[in-house]
Amino acid sequence: MAGLVKAFGSGAMTNSLDDIVKADVMLVIGSNTTENHPIVALEMKRAVYDFKAKLIVIDPRKIRLTEYTDMWLSQKPGTDVAVLNGLMNVIIEEGLEDKDFINKRTEDYEELKKTVIKYTPEKVENVSGIPADSLRKAARLFAAAKNGAIFYCMGITQHTTGTNNVLSIANLAMLTGNIGRPGAGVNPLRGQNNVQGACDMGALPGCVSGYQNVCDLGIIEKCKDIWGAKLPEKGGLSVTEMTDAVLRGEVKAMYIMGENPMLSDPDLNHVKEAFEKLDFLVVQDIFLTETAELADVVLPGVSFAEKDGTFTNTERRVQIVRRAIAPVGNSRPDWLIISDLAKVMGYEMNYETVGEITNEIASITPTYGGITFERVSKESVQWPCPDATHPGTPILHAEKFTRGLGKFHAVEYKPPAEETDKEYPFVLTTGRLLYHYHTGTMTRHSMGLDEVCREARVEINPEDAKKLNIKDDDWVELISRRGKVEIKACVAPRVPKGTVFVPFHFKEAPVNMLTNSALDPVSKIPELKVCAVRVERA
Amino acid sequence: MAKINLVINDRKIETEPGKTILEVAGENRIKIPTLCHDPRLKPYGACRVCLVEVEGARTFLPACATEVIDGMVVKTNTVPLYEIRRTIVELLLSDHELSCVTCESAGQCQLQDLAYELGIEENRFEGEKHTYTIEDYNPLIERDLNKCISCGRCVRICEEVQQNSIYTFANRGFDAIVTTPYDRSLIETKCELCGQCVSTCPTGALTEKMSRYKGRIWEIEKVKTICPYCGCGCELEIQIKNGEIVRVSTDVESGINKGNACAKGRFGYDFVNHPNRLTSPLVRKNGELVETSWDEAIKTVADKFSKIKKKHGSDAIAGLSSAKCTNEENYLMQKFMRAVIGTNNIDHCARL
Repeated sequence: MAGLVKAFGSGAMTNSLDDIVKADVMLVIGSNTTENHPIVALEMKRAVYDFKAKLIVIDPRKIRLTEYTDMWLSQKPGTDVAVLNGLMNVIIEEGLEDKDFINKRTEDYEELKKTVIKYTPEKVENVSGIPADSLRKAARLFAAAKNGAIFYCMGITQHTTGTNNVLSIANLAMLTGNIGRPGAGVNPLRGQNNVQGACDMGALPGCVSGYQNVCDLGIIEKCKDIWGAKLPEKGGLSVTEMTDAVLRGEVKAMYIMGENPMLSDPDLNHVKEAFEKLDFLVVQDIFLTETAELADVVLPGVSFAEKDGTFTNTERRVQIVRRAIAPVGNSRPDWLIISDLAKVMGYEMNYETVGEITNEIASITPTYGGITFERVSKESVQWPCPDATHPGTPILHAEKFTRGLGKFHAVEYKPPAEETDKEYPFVLTTGRLLYHYHTGTMTRHSMGLDEVCREARVEINPEDAKKLNIKDDDWVELISRRGKVEIKACVAPRVPKGTVFVPFHFKEAPVNMLTNSALDPVSKIPELKVCAVRVERA
Repeated sequence: MAKINLVINDRKIETEPGKTILEVAGENRIKIPTLCHDPRLKPYGACRVCLVEVEGARTFLPACATEVIDGMVVKTNTVPLYEIRRTIVELLLSDHELSCVTCESAGQCQLQDLAYELGIEENRFEGEKHTYTIEDYNPLIERDLNKCISCGRCVRICEEVQQNSIYTFANRGFDAIVTTPYDRSLIETKCELCGQCVSTCPTGALTEKMSRYKGRIWEIEKVKTICPYCGCGCELEIQIKNGEIVRVSTDVESGINKGNACAKGRFGYDFVNHPNRLTSPLVRKNGELVETSWDEAIKTVADKFSKIKKKHGSDAIAGLSSAKCTNEENYLMQKFMRAVIGTNNIDHCARL
């Protein structure tokens, strides 16, 4: 998100799901769409079959989406900047860039050009393993599109160069003039049902709802009026920085609502050590998760089906969530728990209904200004929606970018924080499976889904497996500099040689024991997609 | 755009070109029965129960696959059409397992509805019947070919929408059945268990295994809400009986997903009523987490946070909000951390 803010001024999916079928060419990079966003994938497949769109898939693994195209480029994990610079190199060398768009709507193009010109397809082939000719073909295809849409997900962001990867994607979209039209755009697919909303609402160290910087005088004034409280002046810590602050003894207590860092965060041994060091840990969740087991107080919240409110989906669409059943047992909706806690601590949080909170959000958040509870009960609305009469915004940056001109950023390829060596010769990359979701708190408790997919298996290329004498369902040990995990093998041609893939849903094989907590310096995202491991027969 | 004028059942109707007779009739609340039609699928015209009379046409035409043209005069409810529909439904029923008393689809079965509307009490076509036994070891989708009417909706939704093509027709004529590659269980194929086939099946041939005997449509309350899983934001209909979720369905006419859903959305709901759900606040006493009252739990947290804030300052406390909670809850969580605790140490796992 940080990357898109720098380039465009706003960090969200630029286009709508509805207009995927209007794309002539779709470029999907670092998104296993059929498994992680199945309904988005339906639209992509529809674009290919019903509307004859072309699809380019750039992913180390031969994911299922590759079955719908003959243009699959398999890059070595962590080489995305090189690949994207390579695509742009071909486009510029062959004069296929959108000069009009570059002149009228962007700045700093010359700097981009200077950098990109060094990334010849042959040089990129050496770094990424993608044949120079394939790269050329893909570049020409994308540049020729009337409407070219780019989709990406955590395969792009979960790197120490995540922000640079996103900047490169923004560069490519601007270079080809694919911004502000139906069927084009830069489309980060948000992984969790309300991750867009959680960001929008200011569950971020740097900003209050609507990405209003905590240091901004306007928002400080507004919070004083509406909250009756002074905003803290000092900057805050991001989730991955919190762990280190705990270990340094600076953070003594944590309040965790609906998250399970003991399975989702990198380098779990490190995380566990931190949680055990806390003086006080409060966890609010629907199950006794691995994190809740370490808590001093556990507060039972409720699931999506037991509460009212709103969620914001990946295309910035705010939609109504309706209570279907009463809270299970003595559990309570999270909003009630927080307001009760605030009251006992001497701060008046008196909301009779969820709608009152929705309307307070509208009053304090310009992008949600027209999204009242009454309105969203009747229709879904895509932000920005500044007032009651505004219809919402299906496509961002149509006339001009949020920041005015789109900004090119010249970025150089940097290798991942940890590279393979003799001792740890495999690249480990992590991800998700169709039948499970995040740390499995919900899906591992859904009997049908868990029966379909009961256990974690490490995907290993047949040639590597043969060398190591590993067969399907053999137990193996994966060992990194940080830990060791025992797991069954799945001999899978879909992973390239030298790479192994493990989903992170399973507490029985917590792959984040192995991952590297090295962060992207800007977005603070850990490099979950690349670390070095050794594979041994158990 | 140029307008088109036509007449359906003596009613003058103005509409736009490019629509089918079925669509235009539907928009004008004129009901034409269908079996093989689903708005998510391309017109197919297989079942023939939507046949209508069009003035000047040599034969009856399927309303689902015939586009309207200017000056068209359509009749949907004549005696000959009634006779045709009745014969079709009688033929279908002659080789259909009539286990409506225990069928999951009773009350939402298009074949049952049609037989009722046409008043079919006795069947003129007593004859050979198929008996199929299907053992499909997947835990989610029940397949019962004895209730299949060969409308092809499952075959087509898997091919056209899901683009997975798990199902196909095998054999011919009376023996035609829907099958899978090598007649294997769905779980042994490339099936993604999305349940799209279940969602389109007009009879009880495809049903949700987990919902078996949990409740029938007239006992159920439906609530529309948003899926708890990925960021697509699909609309789901939660079906509830006695305060418990018994099934999840979708509505082809609303939501960004327009009736589509994936395995997680359709079948990943039973965690809500799982026996391991936390149902009481817990506090750690002598190293053990033990049940307590809300008042005590909240007081414990408030006291401890206040003490730590006083002793070490606001920044000694950090909060993690949740990408699974609502906007309102996320807003309150950051407001709580900033206004009550007094720190910007608030984040969530967007990055993970």
